[in-house]
Amino acid sequence: MGMPSRPTLIVRSLVAGRRSVVSSTAPRSAPADPASEALGGARLLSAYRTMVLARALDERCLALQRQGRIGFYAPHSGEEAALVGSAMAMEPDDWIFPAYRELTVALVRGTSLQSVVDQLFADAGDASKGRQMPNHFAFREQHFVSVSSPIGTQITHAVGAAMAARYRKAPVATITYFGDGATSSNDFHAGLNFAGVFRAPTIFFCQNNEWAISLPRERQTRSATLAMKAEAYGFPGVVVDGNDVGEVYRAVRAARHRAVAGEGPTLIEAQVYRLGPHSTSDDPRRYRNDQEVEAARGRDPIHRLRTELTKAGAWDDARDAALVEDLRGTIAAAIARAEATPPVDPLSLFDDVFARATPRLEAEREECAAHPAAERKSP
Amino acid sequence: MTELTLVQAVNRGLQEAMRSDPDVVVLGEDVGVNGGVFRATEGLLKEFGADRVLDTPLSETGIVGSAIGMALYGLKPVAEIQFLDFIYPAFDQIVSELAKMRYRSGGQFPCHVVVRAPYGGGIKGGLYHSQSTEAYFCHTAGLKVVIPSTPADAKGLLLSAVADEDPVIFLEPKRIYRSVTGEVPDGDQRVPFGVARTVRPGHDVSVFAYGAMVPVATEAAAGVEAEGISAEVIDLRSLVPLDEAAVLASVAKTGRAVVVHEAARFCGFGAEVAALLAERAFFSLKAPIARVTGYDTPFPYALENVYLPDNGRVAAAIRATAQAG
Ligand SMILES: Cc1ncc(C[n+]2csc(CCOP(=O)(O)OP(=O)(O)O)c2C)c(N)n1
Ligand SMILES: [Mg+2]
Repeated sequence: MGMPSRPTLIVRSLVAGRRSVVSSTAPRSAPADPASEALGGARLLSAYRTMVLARALDERCLALQRQGRIGFYAPHSGEEAALVGSAMAMEPDDWIFPAYRELTVALVRGTSLQSVVDQLFADAGDASKGRQMPNHFAFREQHFVSVSSPIGTQITHAVGAAMAARYRKAPVATITYFGDGATSSNDFHAGLNFAGVFRAPTIFFCQNNEWAISLPRERQTRSATLAMKAEAYGFPGVVVDGNDVGEVYRAVRAARHRAVAGEGPTLIEAQVYRLGPHSTSDDPRRYRNDQEVEAARGRDPIHRLRTELTKAGAWDDARDAALVEDLRGTIAAAIARAEATPPVDPLSLFDDVFARATPRLEAEREECAAHPAAERKSP
Repeated sequence: MTELTLVQAVNRGLQEAMRSDPDVVVLGEDVGVNGGVFRATEGLLKEFGADRVLDTPLSETGIVGSAIGMALYGLKPVAEIQFLDFIYPAFDQIVSELAKMRYRSGGQFPCHVVVRAPYGGGIKGGLYHSQSTEAYFCHTAGLKVVIPSTPADAKGLLLSAVADEDPVIFLEPKRIYRSVTGEVPDGDQRVPFGVARTVRPGHDVSVFAYGAMVPVATEAAAGVEAEGISAEVIDLRSLVPLDEAAVLASVAKTGRAVVVHEAARFCGFGAEVAALLAERAFFSLKAPIARVTGYDTPFPYALENVYLPDNGRVAAAIRATAQAG
């Protein structure tokens, strides 16, 4: 399947247009600082570090699932630049409405690796108390809203939160992540429509990784791009090369400026490729050939950034090897800690159904406690 | 006869229905090239082609809504919803349109769609790959709801579903898709709707179950045998229409009833069975009716084994019911 040519020019023009926006209505929370609008120097190195961490975590977690140590995993290999670049473009007060492949976004937001790993193990350290499958994170402090499995449902939430922020006059934008498959969902269309009508300060960030389980992007829409769908809803849509962390960053930064300046939403289509299986339950060889995957490996966002940094003299092989080793150690330590953490309390099953358990739930909790045979272990 | 797993029997049922009637088409997400995420539609694209096996965009509204249109025009669509948990975008189409089309048109527009969906827990699927929400559909007039627990019933009920004149919600217990195997009759051997199956006869307690809870109930019944309790296990398999006569006849014999399902207890299907017994078998009852069900919480991930009824909980309920009164 050929990659469509990328109209990156659209991005450039939007970015150029952004400067006038910034100078006329600079948002309060993020003072206009043109120098910070491009990822460079220490921030670019930090982006690289996070991308390498994300890739190493993916590899480790796939192995953990095969060994039966975690129940499930949805890898995001190939999507690191788009995830890191977009997340770095958002401000701490902004809100994130992710899908299940956005683990890396949580890390950029400052969620600890331990919190992420504890969720995968669904242990007593899991912020969500073991309620959800791996990858379905929720981190209140980072405004990283609870992930749902049903596709697309978060899209309308992001619009509503953006409308609420504007009502409160907060200089805040929201960003929602979803896949190419999700553009066929009801909520995608309702969300874009509401955002257009109410000029919601929202960024719709579509990770077009070319596949929705076994179905290629062409099976979701006859449109030439996903980004162009924004036009029908009355706001700009742009295509970016999702393997280029800098380009993603600039596009999201520009969209965020537009949002907080009251100019409404933006749809960004990041063109990436899902290098791994859909999830640990999937066998991609049933529906796509290895050549396609190999071709995509040639566009690997991590290799690309490494080459860029190396050419600029900011990186070298020795530092790379040291980084990888260091990160593997960090990951191993987090896993060891998670495996030493006790499972969640069986009777916590009845917590959080309501703010306060009803008498009926309390009765069920007692009934459950009296039943000794229940096999009470985490998956 | 052929020895098949439950999911293979579903596959065989679809294949035979498509072979015998060119109006039968299959549509859903990943049902074609991939053969379904559980492989229920494996091989169908190859045999019947892309005109009859449709890999659809990711839209349950689109899947069920377009299936309704096909059915109105005269086809017999079998729509796959990848997990029952993902059916809700199509809920409007199912409850407002599919279920009511015949009635609201005074019989002019019958609408026969089969909606297949894997359902139920036990696969470490957490909230959205585990739920048993059959009661929503049972509560909607105009929908038939069936749930096989054996390979033979999977194929036989599916053939009946495709041949039926009304909309059918066909729920497949994915936890036992591969763990249960059995002899399946070859050819067009249908299992009629509205007829329960006695899994194991008994005279002290009646245990009513369906789907993946049938093996759990059967194991528990076999376990209490040694304690001198004779438990009859009945697989309801057709929730709408319900075999009320079989339920009443069993309790007329035993005077004691336990209902088992994975769905939450409150307003679950067990409440309907209990109400039927309270209304029509009151004077045969020698003990309170017991329900062994999922708790009234969302379906958990880490605590799935605490949530799901197991052998211990069912056996305890059978014992308590046998001894009560
Ligand atoms: C409403 C709904 N239908 C079906 C599914 C099953 N499902 C899970 S992921 C997926 C594909 C999603 O593809 P895409 O939106 O491109 O995201 P990606 O997995 O590529 O990141 C499907 C069909 C679901 N989770 N929700
Ligand atoms: Mg995708």
